[in-house]
Amino acid sequence: MSAEPTPGAGSEPSGLRRAALLLGVCAVLSIGALAVVEWFTREPIAEARAQAERAALAVVLPLDRYDNDPIADSVWVRAPLWLGRPEPARVWRGRLAGADSELALEATAPDGYSGRIELLMGVDAQGRVLGVRVTRHAETPGLGDPIEAERSDWINRFAGRSLGDPAIEQWKVRSDGGAFDQFAGATVTPRAVVEAVARTLGFLAQHRAAIMAAPAGELLEFPDAPAESN
Amino acid sequence: MPLPSRTESARLLEAGVWSQNVGLVQLLGLCPLLAVSGTSVNALGLGLATLLALVGTNVAISLIRRLTAAEVRIPAFVMVIAAVVTSIELAMHALLPELHRVLGIFLPLIVTNCAILGRAEALASRVDPARALLDALGMGLGFLGVLMALGLARELIGQGSLFAGAGPLLGLPGLELKLSDHRFLIAALPPGAFVLLGLMIAARQWWLQRPRQAAPVSISAPVPSISAPAQTISAPARIESA
Repeated sequence: MSAEPTPGAGSEPSGLRRAALLLGVCAVLSIGALAVVEWFTREPIAEARAQAERAALAVVLPLDRYDNDPIADSVWVRAPLWLGRPEPARVWRGRLAGADSELALEATAPDGYSGRIELLMGVDAQGRVLGVRVTRHAETPGLGDPIEAERSDWINRFAGRSLGDPAIEQWKVRSDGGAFDQFAGATVTPRAVVEAVARTLGFLAQHRAAIMAAPAGELLEFPDAPAESN
Repeated sequence: MPLPSRTESARLLEAGVWSQNVGLVQLLGLCPLLAVSGTSVNALGLGLATLLALVGTNVAISLIRRLTAAEVRIPAFVMVIAAVVTSIELAMHALLPELHRVLGIFLPLIVTNCAILGRAEALASRVDPARALLDALGMGLGFLGVLMALGLARELIGQGSLFAGAGPLLGLPGLELKLSDHRFLIAALPPGAFVLLGLMIAARQWWLQRPRQAAPVSISAPVPSISAPAQTISAPARIESA
């Protein structure tokens, strides 16, 4: 190692103690600087997070159909076999005059072409899809990314559909004999999304009442599995 | 140490931008370079963040260079770098939340960009803040330049657009340019990044090794023999241990 210009370091017997002390000083300075930055950015960051959450929710939860605060009135559900994720998913509940009107929840298509595709879905009280958005994915650019609403309107074809429309057996991509188009060059990606949406609708058909009844902030566990339909 | 002279300043800047370029010569920080250069907006965002991080860490480390004992200098540098990068990440989250979302993990990962620790160890810890600042500017601009060149080329070839997403991500919708609907997918994928970076490095080498026009021969100077070896590449890059 080349000689350091730092004077005195390691030359006197107390070299190590001095080094430790200096390292401590560096740590204190770093932490102090960080604390200041954190203090200044805390509020804008919280605001940016809430803004992003509201913007995403507004797409799948029409604003005119609830009069409560879905962000405050949300619960967590852990349903690994239904929602495709081992961790809890958040459910935002929208009520109109106290009655179940619509809800939005996170779901995962675990079997995308490159890993998980995270979805945000809104479903009304009759089990009809209000909207679906992909919030995070790693699908191939140009092939799998038409699932993003910014790139194509493919994801909008779920709106208004429910488990009876089309019939449950038809909740597949066309190349699997179902009712949903895939897009050129990609079958795995749309297949994963269609199946995840169908599974999530099945989950709500079975457990919606329990989810709506739970107190806000609760974590609900649903260890059961969807009935094997295909 | 006196302030750097004009020629020394120019030399420091030139080293970072060209002869010691982080991306093309030292080949440091390739992970973000290849991963985030898919579009020009991402490249610009990460390049600016890296430039800021380099400036912040180089100056900070130069300021505390007498405080860091030799035995613990690396942990001290890492701490300073982590603090600076985290500050930049927090600021970007607060000011440009959309861009922060797109860059994601690559912002905090600037901490592990060996170029930054490399500059701290090789230069900033030995010189005064003015020289450290110039070095950081040169290195940062060099890295930003390579990132931008890659980002522009990959977006243009891969998606037929330039600065797509500048509206929502940077708040500058005027920059967006849609040139063509043709897509040459490979450029947008990781292999395209490797290929294009390789071509850029090759182009740089070609430029350095190109046959020079014979300099006007002065009468007194001996005529250089034809067989003299072609100009070799400037001194081999000093690869920082990082």
